[in-house]
This record gives sequence, structure tokens and C-alpha cells, in this order.
Amino acid sequence: MKRENAAQMQKPPKARKGTLLRIFKFITKYYKAYLIIVFICLAVSAVVNSVSSIFMNRFITYIEDSLAIYATDGKDAAMAALMPKVTKTIIVLACIYLTGLICNFTYTRLMTYVTQGTLKNIRDTMFSNMQKLPIKYFDTHPHGDIMSYYTNDTETLRQLIAESIPSLISSGLIVLVLLGIMMYYSIWLMLIVLAGAAVMILVTKFIGGRSARFFVKQQKSLASAEGYVEEMMNGQKVVKVFCHEEACKRDFDKINEQLFRDTREAHRFANILMPILGNIGNILYVLVVFVGGALIVSGNVQNLSLSGAAFGVAIVVPFINMTRQFSMNVNQASQHVNSIAMAMAGASRIFTLMDEEPEADNGYVKLVNAKYDENGNITECPERTGKWAWKHPHSADGSVTYTPLEGDVRMFDVDFGYVPEKTVLHDITLYAEPGQKVAFVGATGAGKTTITNLINRFYDIADGKIRYDGININKIKKADLRRSLGMVLQDTNLFTGTVMENIRYGKLDATDEEVYAAAKLANAHDFITRLPDGYNTMLKGNGANLSQGQRQLLSIARAAVANPPVMILDEATSSIDTRTEALVQRGMDSLMKGRTVFVIAHRLSTVRNSDVIMVLEHGRIIERGPHDKLIAERGKYYQLYTGAFELE
Amino acid sequence: MITMLKRLAKCVKGYTRQTVLTPVFITLEVIIECIIPFITAQLVNTIERDQDMDTIFKFGFILIALAFGSLICGALSGHFCATATAGFARNLRRDLYYKVQDFSFANIDKFSTPSLVTRLTTDFTNVQQAFMMIIRIAVRAPLMLIFSLTMAFVMSGSLAFIYVGIVPLLAFGLFTIVHKVLPIFRRVFRKYDDLNESVQENVEGIRVVKSFVREDFETQKFKKASDEVMRGFRSAEKILALNNPLMQIAFNSGMLLVSLFATQLIVSTGGEALALGNGNYSMLIVYGVQMLSSMMMLSMIFTMVTMSVESAERITEVLNEKSTLTDPSSPVYQVPDGSIDFDDVSFKYSAAAEKNALSDITLHIRAGETIGIIGGTGSSKTSLVQLIPRLYDATEGTVKVGGIDVRDYDIETLRNEVSMVLQKNVLFSGTIKENLRWGDPNATDEELVRICKLACADEFIEGLPDGYDTYIERGGTNVSGGQKQRLCIARALLKKPKILILDDSTSAVDTKTDAMIRRAFREEIPGTTKLIIAQRISSVEDADRIIVMEGGRINAIGTHAQLLASNEIYREVYESQNRTGGDADEA
Repeated sequence: MKRENAAQMQKPPKARKGTLLRIFKFITKYYKAYLIIVFICLAVSAVVNSVSSIFMNRFITYIEDSLAIYATDGKDAAMAALMPKVTKTIIVLACIYLTGLICNFTYTRLMTYVTQGTLKNIRDTMFSNMQKLPIKYFDTHPHGDIMSYYTNDTETLRQLIAESIPSLISSGLIVLVLLGIMMYYSIWLMLIVLAGAAVMILVTKFIGGRSARFFVKQQKSLASAEGYVEEMMNGQKVVKVFCHEEACKRDFDKINEQLFRDTREAHRFANILMPILGNIGNILYVLVVFVGGALIVSGNVQNLSLSGAAFGVAIVVPFINMTRQFSMNVNQASQHVNSIAMAMAGASRIFTLMDEEPEADNGYVKLVNAKYDENGNITECPERTGKWAWKHPHSADGSVTYTPLEGDVRMFDVDFGYVPEKTVLHDITLYAEPGQKVAFVGATGAGKTTITNLINRFYDIADGKIRYDGININKIKKADLRRSLGMVLQDTNLFTGTVMENIRYGKLDATDEEVYAAAKLANAHDFITRLPDGYNTMLKGNGANLSQGQRQLLSIARAAVANPPVMILDEATSSIDTRTEALVQRGMDSLMKGRTVFVIAHRLSTVRNSDVIMVLEHGRIIERGPHDKLIAERGKYYQLYTGAFELE
Repeated sequence: MITMLKRLAKCVKGYTRQTVLTPVFITLEVIIECIIPFITAQLVNTIERDQDMDTIFKFGFILIALAFGSLICGALSGHFCATATAGFARNLRRDLYYKVQDFSFANIDKFSTPSLVTRLTTDFTNVQQAFMMIIRIAVRAPLMLIFSLTMAFVMSGSLAFIYVGIVPLLAFGLFTIVHKVLPIFRRVFRKYDDLNESVQENVEGIRVVKSFVREDFETQKFKKASDEVMRGFRSAEKILALNNPLMQIAFNSGMLLVSLFATQLIVSTGGEALALGNGNYSMLIVYGVQMLSSMMMLSMIFTMVTMSVESAERITEVLNEKSTLTDPSSPVYQVPDGSIDFDDVSFKYSAAAEKNALSDITLHIRAGETIGIIGGTGSSKTSLVQLIPRLYDATEGTVKVGGIDVRDYDIETLRNEVSMVLQKNVLFSGTIKENLRWGDPNATDEELVRICKLACADEFIEGLPDGYDTYIERGGTNVSGGQKQRLCIARALLKKPKILILDDSTSAVDTKTDAMIRRAFREEIPGTTKLIIAQRISSVEDADRIIVMEGGRINAIGTHAQLLASNEIYREVYESQNRTGGDADEA
């Protein structure tokens, strides 16, 4: 039964079109004003960076002029002529630099807001969307993959937003400004520079493209290596018991080798890109010098420029300085090819999670606080009364009816399959009246848990009807339906926080007294008070510092504090030893009083006192009735109970 | 610290050549890179002064040659660096993984599984990054600084002193920033880890979240934590945002000072200081940029390397861990039979533990016996059986299998004959067949089916769409708890061991199947000694003898009937499970 997710995992996430656009939308969503300022600052910085080379030129002119004065009027006159000009230019330059400095500081500072804010925004959107996904999503996607959306993939986005985008914009602007200035000086020479830039871009595309491909590949083999390590570490004790160490080493070597190769290739291409581009820049520089020099010397080629100046030292020298700056910026921009490729891959995975279809809820029947007047009529009221009612608006005539919440659950001819092709429940019909205890018994995989998954609508039925207090459960808002159902599962899941907070999870506004009462009911109070910090003991890593039994007691207390009219107990006591179970059982018995309860248990002793026992086999109810009746019938239940069965 | 570096340096093995050649070529590249501006300056000076085409070509071609030289050195250093880094990473990852394979249970307990996973993933990545930084940039940046400064002096004499003044100031500024930022980063990263952990919790516990309708509550909680992380990173980055302007101040003031002094110097000497032509002047600025950006890089790698020190320490801890189990000098390769003897055995999980997990255990089990073990949580049932395949060593006394001390056996021989199904058992991603063959790599398909029938797993396997070739997802999430347990039993049975231990391995299996499995054991593998830990009395009542554990001691040993008559604990458990009594259970 290879699930579809295994296939999904194999498929490399394609960086779909529009991914970049969506990233931009996320960035601009809350920070438009910031981004405009950032852009302006980047533009000013770019101009400042490029323009300063022109001013450098001024000094050369001053020197030449002053040297001329030196030759005729002597040193003092030369110095006197030089100093004011130099001082003035330096002050102007200092002002220009200061502007650049302020811009630079402003945009880096603003970018920290934009980057971290956007990341938070993406994380939050991912998380809140994830919370809305149906259980099916979590059942069919490896949890490690979901985790990596939040860690690795978000990190690639951070690099993109914080580093690549500003750097690309800045380099791009500088290159544009430089081209403009170059045109001012000499269009011929600019064309050479442009040709050089074209070569650099081609090289980037070739080598950088390869490097990017390997980086994405490396990311994938890294994920698979980390997944393997995690899986094996979790099963390390089994590895030891089976003396499987050598085989594991061999498997690991294979994965490690692949990762080694991808890492080496990715870095190799990335590492050589920089020196290659840098030195193409150097060669381009020499070329410009050659051509420039030749043009000056020959003197018979007409310069074509915006300034209209003829070829000369005053044109060629600043030009070659600009060439250097130009290629440096192209080089810098090209260094981001890898991180952009990785961010695209990461972002498209993140967006896949965001685009998952949320759990549909067309329910309109709500659970409201209710008051009964002397005639037994129900009215809705805002405050907590301890009494609840279903508020059922009828669209046909606009009227509203109130039905008291009692916990009457009925199923009629229900069919269900996790995948459409394979029905796992057939014709399930059952009635659970308020206060009744209904037990499901049957072999593993007979469909006991599946039935409970349908009652709280973790999954939706394929055919048939389920009624809660006479209302079709599809009409009930899911949140309200689930609020009226308590669940204790075999796998306990506690959250990081204190014991108190964990119990209060069942009812967020529960008072301390209510929490104590619930803990006492579940027989958890004793062990909690013996913990180092009592109810304030911090639980971490799913309550790693508690025993399985203690965790289970807490999850029972958590359900108890919620005080719902219907409870589902799925193997709730199976991992508690029998003596502790006796304690829990007493707590549960009082918890079950006055409630409709669905119990699943392997230990028949725990279901014996149920009002109805349903015996399931291959997704069908084959026997039903109270313990004594089933024993008297001498059917499957009797066989299960006595162990005197026939082998099939 | 030194031992840590020594240990990590070992992982360079096999890539020593590349690791050494990387800095060598980087040095060459840096030297050439520092000569290039010098030649460029000559070129520019030539253009300015006499435009002599021959000289221009001469310097031009030298420059092109240098560019190629630098290109080759740069590419080679990049190539070697990539190989060295990837190779170092491969070796280190392998060393770590192999090391963990040699760990005993006690070693694994000491580190805990999640912590081992972090050390092999996140910590590892940090160290790998640091390694690359060190062999590339930690060599490049200081060299660049020194050579650029030297060339600045060569080219423009006293003017270079301007940089001698600026560089330390910049260094001071940058390292002050790092100093301020590091502790913030440490704190934020811890918060960030917590945040990710809470995502994990939510993914694992989504059923709880949804059944209590706490989606919004969790989202709010997450947003709050996420907000804190954002603020933390912001406050760190805000300080880091000073880096850039600081660099610019240094760079620009250097440039202005150079301009100021250079013009004066040239003019006041009447152009005599012509060595300081325009070419020299602009290249002096290039050297300035190189020096200052080297400083920047240094502060960057300082931050990174400092942050990875903790990771490196955690990794070295794993590498230097010694397995708590020592191999015997002349191991026994044959287990004579499936008898088990405990002589005055006491056991603690660690030397530091206050309480013994097991005390004064003396117990003799004959080959082929079926032993049930019953006891409450924390009564050390699991600790007792774990000593038999030597998952842990007894603290005092001896444990013997087949009459020989378990510490004298070759560990693989012992564990192949003592097959244990752990309480917390796992299947691995792969087909059912592949999982089963962990027990016996050479088992035929018929053999697999036969054993699965014994473990009552055949029926459900055949019901799966791909039968025995069904793919088990990571962590075995696509089979139910009971199915997983039966597969684990089958896997253990395939070893055809002399001793089989089931540690609460049928808790999720229904009573009927449980009974069928036990019947198969009785009929099909009568010669195998079987130890069954269980919660259910029904799982052990037909055993030859039942051990009742209480507080790490044997409370009683006897048959079902004997214990029912004489042992209070046993009777209490029995009664709680058969409250109404009088069923056919007793038959």
C-alpha cells in the first residue's frame, strides 16, 4: 500500500511560474512604504557609488592645472591655487558620501524589518493554513517533510529576501547608472563593456546554472540523508538487537556518497564562478585600455558620446575605472544564482502547503449556551449556563429551532473508505442514546477507530447518515461538533508547557479548581503533586519526563475538564499497566457517568459493563448487544471472550 | 578545544592534499590579485603620460597573463576546496554515524535519540560550513589584508599609513558589533528551535488539536512565538545593519584622505612624486577596498565560526564517547542452549543513579521453558530481560546464557540467539519483505510466509494490495499498532533464536490473535526458551512459570494456579481484569 505521498516525495518540486511573483506579493503585502524607501535608498546609493569615480577625475584636473602653475609661478602659488579647490571638492564628496551612508544605513535597517516581518508572515500563514487542513493531509504526508517547510525552505527564502534581492537590485542599478555615465564619455568603449557583460552573463548561465542545479540536488540528497539518519536513530535500539549495524553502515555509505558527490559538484561550480568572472573582468579591463589607448594614439577615430568630448586621457582613465566597477557588480550579482534557485524550489514547496485545500465546513448548526424557562422552552443566552443547545436555522422559512444537547448519536447504513476504491466500513448502523456506553470490539483493522473518525468528522462518510441529537452531522459546524465530543487516544500528545496548561487545554477558561477536580477524577492528582513542581512542572518533548501511564492520565484529565456530553475513548488505557488501569478505570467510570461513551479496547474486561457491545469484523458489525446477551449467543464475542475460538 | 580540533582534523583524511592545496592556491591567487592593481597602475600611468603603445601592450599582456594565472589559481582553489569540504563532510558524517552504530543502549540513553538526530543534522551542517569558511576565507582574508597593505606601501609609500590607521579602527568597530550580536543570536536561535519544536508538536498532535477545536488557539500561540523570534532576529540584525555604514565610513574616509594628501604631495613636489600618478592613486583605492573588505570577511567568519563552536563540541562529544560494552578478549561463538541464569544480579542504568533498577535477582530458567513476567509500571520487567541479550551489563552479579556469562560471548552471536522484541519497536521504510529479512537476510519467500503465519501476520499481509511487497512508510505509519507488533514478532522469529523475548509486544493485538500467537509458539517452536512480558494475565497464564516483579525485585515465581493461590499482587491484577469472574477464562 504505497501511498501517494511516497510518489510525491520523489517528484522534484518544480519552480512553477509565478512563484517569484508570489514571493514579491508576500514581501510587498505589509511593507510597501518601506520597500519604496528601500528602493529609493538603493538608487541613491547606486548613483553615489558610480558618481564618485567622476569626482576622482576632478583631482586629476586640479593636479594638472596646479602643476602648470608650479612650472610658471613656483610651488607656493601652485599650492595656493590647489588647496581651496581640493578642500571644496572634498567637502562636496564628503556630503555625497554622507548621503550614501545615510541611504545605506536606512535601507539595511529597513530590510531587517521587511525580511523578518515577511518571514514571520510566511511562517504564520503556513501555520494557520496548516491548522485548517483535514486530518487526511497529516495522515498522508510524512511529518519530516512538513517540518522542513518551516526550517530549510524558510531559510532559503530568508537568504533570498535579505541578501539576494537587495544585492541584485543594487548591482542592477549601479550597472545601469554606470552605463549611463559611460555613454556620456564614449559609446564605442561602452559597447566593448557591454560585449564583455554579455560574455559574463553567458558564463554565469552556463556555470552558474550548473551550480544552481547541483545546489537544488544537494538540498534533496541532504534531506534524504537527514531523513535516513532520523529514521535510523529512532530505530537504533532495534538495529542493535538485530545486529544490523554493518548493513546500516552500508546503506548509509550509499546515501552519504551521493550527498558527497552533489555537495562537491555544487560547490565546485559555485567556487570557480567567482574567479572566472572576476578575471573576465580583468581581461575586459585590459581590452578597454588597449582600445582606449589605441584610440588616443591614433587620434583619427571620431568619439561618439553624449558629452561630445574627443578621446583623451580625461575620458579613458575614468572609463577604465568604471569598467572595473561594472564587472565587479556583474560578478556580485551572479553569485546569487544558487540561492535564487534554492529559494525558488523552497518557495514552491511552501506555496504547495499554503495551497492545500482546507478542511471544508458547510455546517450552520451551532452550539449555544441555553436557558430553559419554566415551560421547558429553550432560549439562547450569551453567558455560560452549563446547558447547551443546538441552534438550527432553517433557510426555508427563516425560523430557528433549538434542540438541547444530549449526546444522542445514531448511524444509519454508513459506508466509508479512506480511498474511494476501498470501502473499509460497510452498512454500519448503530444507536447510542444519551448516557449509554457503546463498546467496539474486534480484530486489529476491523474498523473500530475508523468509526470514531467519522463521528467527529475527521473523515467524511461515503454513504449513509449520521445523526447527532437528531441533526445530520454534516449540518453541524465542525468546531461545535467536536466541542461536544471528548477524545482520549492511544497515542497521547502533550504540548510544551506546564501540567496545568496541558490539562487546561480541554477548557481554556477552566479555573485552577476545575483543573484539580479533573485531575482527581482521572486519578492523576496524586502523581502530579509528587512531581518536582507539582502542577507547574514543565513538560517538554511530549511529556518525555513522564511515564506512558502518566501521560495517559493527563490526557484523560484533559478530556475530563472539557466536560463534553459524548466521549470517545480509543484504547485509552491500553498502555497503562493493569494496576494503574484500575485507578484510571475508577476515574473513567465517574467520567463516563451521564455521558454517551464510545469505547475501543482490547481488554474485554474493560468493555464488559457497556450497554451495547459491537463486534466488528472486516468493517461490518457482526454481533451487537450487552455482554450477557452476547455470551449467551455463544457467537464470536463468546469465542473472543473465552479464547475458545476456532482457527479460521 | 584542542582535542576537539584534533578529532575533527582527523576527518580530513583522504583529502589532505586538497585541504592543503586549497590555501596554497588561494595564496597564489591572492598574490596575483595584489599584483594586478600594481600593473594596472603602470598601465594607466603610461596612458596618461606618453601613450606609448608598446608599453601599453607590454603591461596589457602582462595583465592578461596575470588574469589567466589568477583565474587558474582561483578555479583550482575552488575545485580543491569543494572536494575538501565535501570530503571532510563525508568523513565526519560517516565517523559520526559509524560511532553511533557502536553505541550501547546506555550510550544511546545518555544522549537521547532527538539529541543524536540534532547532532547528526543541524550541528553537523554548522561544522561543515565552518570548515569551508576556514579553509577558504580564513586564509584568504588575512593574506589579502597583508599583501594589499604591502603593495600599497610599495606603490605609494607613506600614503599607505592612512590605511594602517583605518584598519584597526574598523576592526575595533566590527568586533564590537560581533560581540554585541553573538549573545542575541544565541538566544534567538534557541527560541527559533522552540518554535520549530512547537510546529512538530502540532503536526504530531493534530488529532488532539482538532478534537479540542484548538486550531485558532494554536495559531495564536504560534504567532506569538513567531513574533518573538522575529523581534529577536530583528534586534540582532539591526545591530548588524551597522556593519555596512561602518565599512563605508572607513572606505570613504580612506579615499578622501588619500585624495587630500596625494594631490598635495604631487603638487608640492612639482610633479616629482610622479610615482604617484593617477594610476597609482586609483589603485591605492583598490587596495583600500581589498583591505577593508578583508576585515569585513574576517568579522563575518569570526561570527560564524564562534557560533559553530558549540555544534563542534556537541559533535566531538559523540565522537569521543566510549561504548559502555567491552568486547571479551577471546569471545565464545557458540551458544550451547537456551537456558538463562541470573546470579545475585543488581543493575543500575547509570553509575550516578541513586536507585537500583534491579536488586538481588537470582533466577534459573531451563531451555525451552515459557516464562511469563507480570508487574506494574516501573517494576523493572524490561530491565530484567534487557540484561539477557546484553543490551546493558549487570552492575553486580552475573547473567548467563547457556551456562556461559553473557559478557564472554561474541556480542553478535549472543544477540542472534537471544531475539528480543522491544516494547518500543519500529519498522523501517521499505517493503514488508525487506523489514522481515532483518531477522534473516537469506530467508526464502516461503520461509517468510511460514513465519508470518506463526506470528498471525500472514492474513493481514495477504489482504494488503501489494502483499509482502507492500511498502512500509517511515515509522510504520501505514500499518496499525497491532499489525506492527505482529510484523516485529515475525521479524524476531526469523532469527530462529534459542531464546525469544517479547517485551509487552502484543499489547495492541486483540486477545484472540494474542492467544493464537502463543499457541503457535507452543506448537511450532517448543525448543525455544520464551520470555513474555505482558499486562494481561491471559497472555501469561499458560506459561510454565510466571515471575511477578515488584520494585525491581522478584516478588514471586510460580504457575498461574500457584500464584493465584499465594500471591496477592497477582491475584489483584487477575481480579481487576476479570472483575465479574466465573468465566471460561479460568478453564
